[in-house]
Amino acid sequence: MCDITKRFPGVLANDQVTFSTRHGEVHALLGENGAGKSTLMNILSGLYKPDTGSLAVMGNPVVFHSPRDAIKAGVGMVHQHFMLVPSQTVAENVFLGLHEAGFTINRSRMADAVSRISDQYGLPVDPHAKIWQLSVGEQQRVEIIKTLYRGAQILVLDEPTAVLTPQECETLFRTLHMMTAEGKTIIFISHKLEEVLAIAHRVSVLRGGRLVATTEARGKTKAELASLMVGRQVLFQLQKPPATVGETRLELQAVEALDDKFLPALRRITLAVRSGEIVGIAGVAGNGQRELAEVVCGLRPITQGQINVAGRDVRAASPLAMIEAGVAYVPEDRNGTGSAPNLSIADNLALKAYRTPAGGCGALLDDKALAQRAKSLIADFAIAAPSHETPARKLSGGNLQKVILAREIAGKPQVLVAASPTRGLDIGATENVRRVLLEQRSQGAAILLISEDLDEIFAVSDRIAVIYEGRIMGVFPCEEADLAEIGLLMAGGANVAAAMEAA
Amino acid sequence: MELSFWAGFLISLLAAGITYGTGILFASVGEIFAERAGVLNVGLEGMMLMGAVTAYLTAYRTGNAWVGLLAAIGVGGLMALLHAFVTITLRADQVVSGLALALLGSGMSAVIGAPLVEVRTAPRLPEFPIPGLADIPVLGTIFFDHNIIVYAGLLAAPLAWWFIYRTRPGMELRAVGEYPAAADVLGINVVRQRYAYVILGGMLAGVGGAALSLAITPLWIEDMTAGQGWIALGLVIFAGWNPLLAAFGSYLFGALGRLPLDAQQLPLFLAAPQLGYFMKMLPYLFVIILMLISARGNMRRRIGAPAALGQAYMREERGV
Amino acid sequence: MTTETTVTPLRRTTRVRFERRMEQPRWLRYITPLILIAAALLVGAFLLWLVGANPWFVYTQMATIAFGDMYGWSDTTIKATPLILAGLGVAAAFRMRLWNIGAEGQLLIGAFMATGVALHWLPAESGQWLTLFVMAAAGFAGGALWGFVPGLLKAKLNINEIITTLMLTYVATQWNNYFVYGPWSERGFGLTPQFPKTAWLPRFTDYAAALPAMRGVTAHLGIFLALGLALFFWFLWRRTKWGFEIKVIGDNPQAARYAGISLTRNIILIMMISGGMAGLAGMVEVAGVVHRLQERFSPGYGYTAIIIAWLAKLNPLAIIPVAYLFGGLLVGDDVIQPAGIARMLQGVILFVVVGGELLLQYRVKVERV
Repeated sequence: MCDITKRFPGVLANDQVTFSTRHGEVHALLGENGAGKSTLMNILSGLYKPDTGSLAVMGNPVVFHSPRDAIKAGVGMVHQHFMLVPSQTVAENVFLGLHEAGFTINRSRMADAVSRISDQYGLPVDPHAKIWQLSVGEQQRVEIIKTLYRGAQILVLDEPTAVLTPQECETLFRTLHMMTAEGKTIIFISHKLEEVLAIAHRVSVLRGGRLVATTEARGKTKAELASLMVGRQVLFQLQKPPATVGETRLELQAVEALDDKFLPALRRITLAVRSGEIVGIAGVAGNGQRELAEVVCGLRPITQGQINVAGRDVRAASPLAMIEAGVAYVPEDRNGTGSAPNLSIADNLALKAYRTPAGGCGALLDDKALAQRAKSLIADFAIAAPSHETPARKLSGGNLQKVILAREIAGKPQVLVAASPTRGLDIGATENVRRVLLEQRSQGAAILLISEDLDEIFAVSDRIAVIYEGRIMGVFPCEEADLAEIGLLMAGGANVAAAMEAA
Repeated sequence: MELSFWAGFLISLLAAGITYGTGILFASVGEIFAERAGVLNVGLEGMMLMGAVTAYLTAYRTGNAWVGLLAAIGVGGLMALLHAFVTITLRADQVVSGLALALLGSGMSAVIGAPLVEVRTAPRLPEFPIPGLADIPVLGTIFFDHNIIVYAGLLAAPLAWWFIYRTRPGMELRAVGEYPAAADVLGINVVRQRYAYVILGGMLAGVGGAALSLAITPLWIEDMTAGQGWIALGLVIFAGWNPLLAAFGSYLFGALGRLPLDAQQLPLFLAAPQLGYFMKMLPYLFVIILMLISARGNMRRRIGAPAALGQAYMREERGV
Repeated sequence: MTTETTVTPLRRTTRVRFERRMEQPRWLRYITPLILIAAALLVGAFLLWLVGANPWFVYTQMATIAFGDMYGWSDTTIKATPLILAGLGVAAAFRMRLWNIGAEGQLLIGAFMATGVALHWLPAESGQWLTLFVMAAAGFAGGALWGFVPGLLKAKLNINEIITTLMLTYVATQWNNYFVYGPWSERGFGLTPQFPKTAWLPRFTDYAAALPAMRGVTAHLGIFLALGLALFFWFLWRRTKWGFEIKVIGDNPQAARYAGISLTRNIILIMMISGGMAGLAGMVEVAGVVHRLQERFSPGYGYTAIIIAWLAKLNPLAIIPVAYLFGGLLVGDDVIQPAGIARMLQGVILFVVVGGELLLQYRVKVERV
C-alpha cells in the first residue's frame, strides 16, 4: 500500500500511509483507537476507496471497487466484530456471496468443503451448527475458515485476541504459525503489546493517521512500542492505594436468570461486593456478564435467589427502585443503552437526575437548572464538547464515556456496576476511566467491574471472580490470582484442562 | 340441518377462501421478500389499490386482461421503487415512507378509478378448471376449479419458500436482512439487493391488486382492498417471514372474509341479519388474534424479524 | 457524516452519488419548507395532469373556496378542528415512536360514545354544558379504549401497533355501521336521529344576535378546545418531567429503561391519550357539525392527522397551521371533482416532504469512475 490517504469529512483518517508486508510474516499493526488502523485495513479489503495512493498485491497493482475484488486478489479480513449471520449455519456463512456455489444450495457439499479446511488448519467446528449456537472462539474459527476457503494469501486479523482466553490465544497463534509456514501473510492488528512482541516478525505503528514506524519486532521493548504508539512516555502502573474495605453493599445469593432467548444465563451466582473494593468479573464474552450487570441494575428479572443492596432485599426491584437504592451502572453499550444519542449532553446528564428536585419542583421540569448542572459537570469531568446542547451522538467514545460516568457518579452511588468501561477508548481516556473508578473506590463505593480485558481486571481489581457459562468459577484476591489459572477457569476450568491434556 | 348441507357449505367456503385469499397471498409473499432484505414497506395497501385500478383500467382500454396484469406489476414496482429510493438511498424512516405510499395509493387510485366505477365490462383473467382434476369430488372443487391467477398464487408461495431457503440468492437475501455488514464485506451489494427485493415486493403487491380487480371481485370499487394490504402485513409477522405459513394465513383469512356472504344462507342469519356487521369484524379481529398467538410462539421458537429490518444500511463511518 | 450510495451504475463508467452535506447551509434551512411545498404542488400538478384534471384550475379553485372569504375560513376551521385534535393525539404517539395509525377508528368510537350520551345514556333534560362535557369525556374514553388495546398488546407482547390499530379501525367501522343501521338507526338509513339542541356545540352563528358579523359562520366553539389543547400539549412536552420521559423513550427506549423510566406504563398511557384525542375529535365532529352519527361522516380525518402530525414535526403548535392547510384541502375536495384528489395530494405532500427534506441534505454528484 503506497501513499494511502483517506479523508472523512472533518477527519484525516489516513495520511500518506505506506505499508508493506513480506511473504510468510506476521506483521503487527499497532495504534491507538482512532489512529487509522481500521480505515487502512478497510481500504485493503476493498470496503473503502482511498482518496489517493495505490495498492499492489503480490507485486501486481490492483484497484478494488468492492470487497469482492479484494477477496479475488487474495486478501481476507477477520473483523473485530465478526461478520457472521447468526441465524445461518457455519457452512452457509462460509459460502455466502460465492457465485461458484451454484444456484441451489447443496448442504453436504458445502459441509465437506468446510470440514476439509478445518481439518487442514486445526480449526475444529461443526459445519451444520448455527452461528448463534457457537462460542466466540468457534465463531472466530469460522471467520478464518471463511477467508481461507476464498483462497486468502493475506489475512488481516483485527484485534483477534480481545475476546479469547489466554489458552485460546495460544491455539490461535499456533494456527497462524501454520499459515505463515505455508507462505501466507498475516496482518495482526492489536494494541496489546505483549502479544505483538510474542508473535509478530515486524511491527508498524500508526498514530493520528500517519505511519510513524515500521520495525523488526525482535529486540523491541513494550515501553518503546508504547511511546511510539502514544507519542509520549506511558506509565503502565496505575496508582492504586490499598483498599479500605467496609460493609457489604451488594450481595447476590444463588441468583439465577434467563437470557433474551429464555435460556439459563446465570446459574446460582453468589457474590458479595463490599464498600471500598473493586471486584472484577473475568470471563469470555457471552458467559452471562451482561445478564449479571442487568440483574444487579434491575433491568432483568431473576428467576431464583436473592439480591441485597446495602442490606435491603431488592430481588424484585425495577430499574427505578435500583437507582433509588443507590446502584449506578456504566453499561457496556454506550450508544445503545447508556445514552440517548439525539438528545443533548445536558439531557443525557439529566437522564436520572431529572426526577430529583434538581430537575425542577413537582411535575415541572426546570430546564435552566438542568443546563446549569450540566455545565458544571462538563467542567468537572473535562468533557470536550462545543456546548451542553450538543447532541450526544457527536461525542467521541471517550467523551461520551465521561458523560456517562459523570451522570452515574453525580448520584453518589452506593454500588457502581461498570461493564467494559474502557472498550474502544484510547490510552488517555482509558487511564481517565480507571482513575475515576479508583476514586470512587476510595470514596467508599462498592464497584463491580465486568471486563473481558484481563489486563484491566488485573490492573484495578481488589478481588477477581471468574464467570463461565453463568457460573462463578472462583474468587481470588488480586495479589494471589494467577493468569494461567484464571484463563483456564474462563474456559471452563478443570474439566477443560483435563480434556486438553488428553488431546 | 342435513349433513350434506353443511358439507356443501364448508366446501364452498374453503374454495372461496382460496380464491379470496389470493390477493393477500401475493401481497404478503412480496412483503416477505422486502422484509427479508431488511426493508419494511407498510405501503402494501396503496400498492395493491394502484395495482387493482391500473389493471382494471388497462384491461378495459386494451381489451386484454393480461396487459392489465402487466400494467399492475409495473405500477406496483414503480411505487416500490419510490419507497426504495426514499428509504434505502435517502435513509428516511421506513414506516413514514410506507405510510405515505399507502395514502398516496389509496387517494390516487380513487381519482384514477372515479370514471371506472360505472364500467362493468372490462375483460377478466380466465377461469380455468383443470381438466380431470376439477371433477374430483371435494378436493377438485376446493383446489382445481379456479381462476388462473389463483393457481399462480398456489404456486407462488412454495416457490418463494424454495427460493428463500434453498437457493444461493435466497441465502444472500437472508444475510442482507439479518446482517448487512456481513454480506457487504463479502462483496454482496447490499443496496442493489435491497432495491431489487423491494421492487419485487411491490410487483407482487401489484399482482395482488390485479387479482382482485380482474379475477376475484372482479370490478373496480373504491377502496376495494378493504384493508387487505394491512392484513398482509400482519400475516407476514404471524408467518414468521415464511411464505408457506403466509399462504396458509391468507387462505384462512380469505375463508373468514367470505363468511359473511356465505353465511347469509344459514338459518341463524335469516333470523338476525344484523349479525353481518359482527361477521365482517371477524377477519380483522382474527388478524389480531393470530398476532397474539404468534407473539408468544415466535418468542419461544426464537423466530424473530430479520435482525436488520427497518434499519438503513451504511458502512461504518467515522464520526467527527 | 457522508455516505456513498450508488444508485444507477450507468454501464461501469458513470455513477450518480448522493453525498450527505456536512452542515446544512443556513439559507437552505430557511427555505427548505418553501421548496418542499413548491415541490409537492408541482408533483401534485403533474399527477393531476396525468389523471386528466387541470392542475391550475384545481389549485386556484381549492384556494378560493377554502380561504377566499370568511365563510371559506369558517368551513376550513370546521375541518381543521378535528384535524388538530386528532393530530395532537397522533403526534403524542409518534413522539414515542409508537405508530398509532388507527386514529380514524379511535375517532369513530369517540363519535359513537358521544352519540350514545347525546341520544340514549344521559337524561334529556340535562343542561347543555353538562351534556357536552359528558359527551367529551365519553368520546375521549372511547378513543382511549381503542388505543388502550394496541398499547397493552405492544407493551406486554410487543405486538406491532401499526397492524392492531388499523385492524381496530375496520372493527370500529363495522361497529358503528351496526348501530346506525340497527338499534340506533333512523328508519333503517345509515344514520341516527338528530341530537337534541343541548348536545350541539355552540356555533359562532348562534351568537349572531350579539355579534351580527357572525351570521352564517357555522364554525363551532370546538376550535377553542383544539387550540387550548395544543397549548396544553406544548407545555406538557416542553416543561414537565413526564414530557422529558417521553422524549427519552422516543429517542432510545433502552436508555429510558436503563434510566428507570417505565416503558410499559408509558406505552399504554400514551396510546390511551393518543386514542382519546382522536376520540375527542370524533365527539367534536358529531356534536359540532353532523349533529348525529352516520355512516362515513369522517372524510378520513384520522389518516390526514397522521400526515399533519408528521409535517408539523410533532410540534403541538405547528400542528395548528398545518391542520388549517389540510382543512382547506378537504374543503376543496368537497367541491372539486373527481373526488379523492385531496387524499392523493396528501400522499404526495407527505412523500415529497419526507423524501425531499432528506434529499436537500445531500449533494448529488455525477462522477466518472
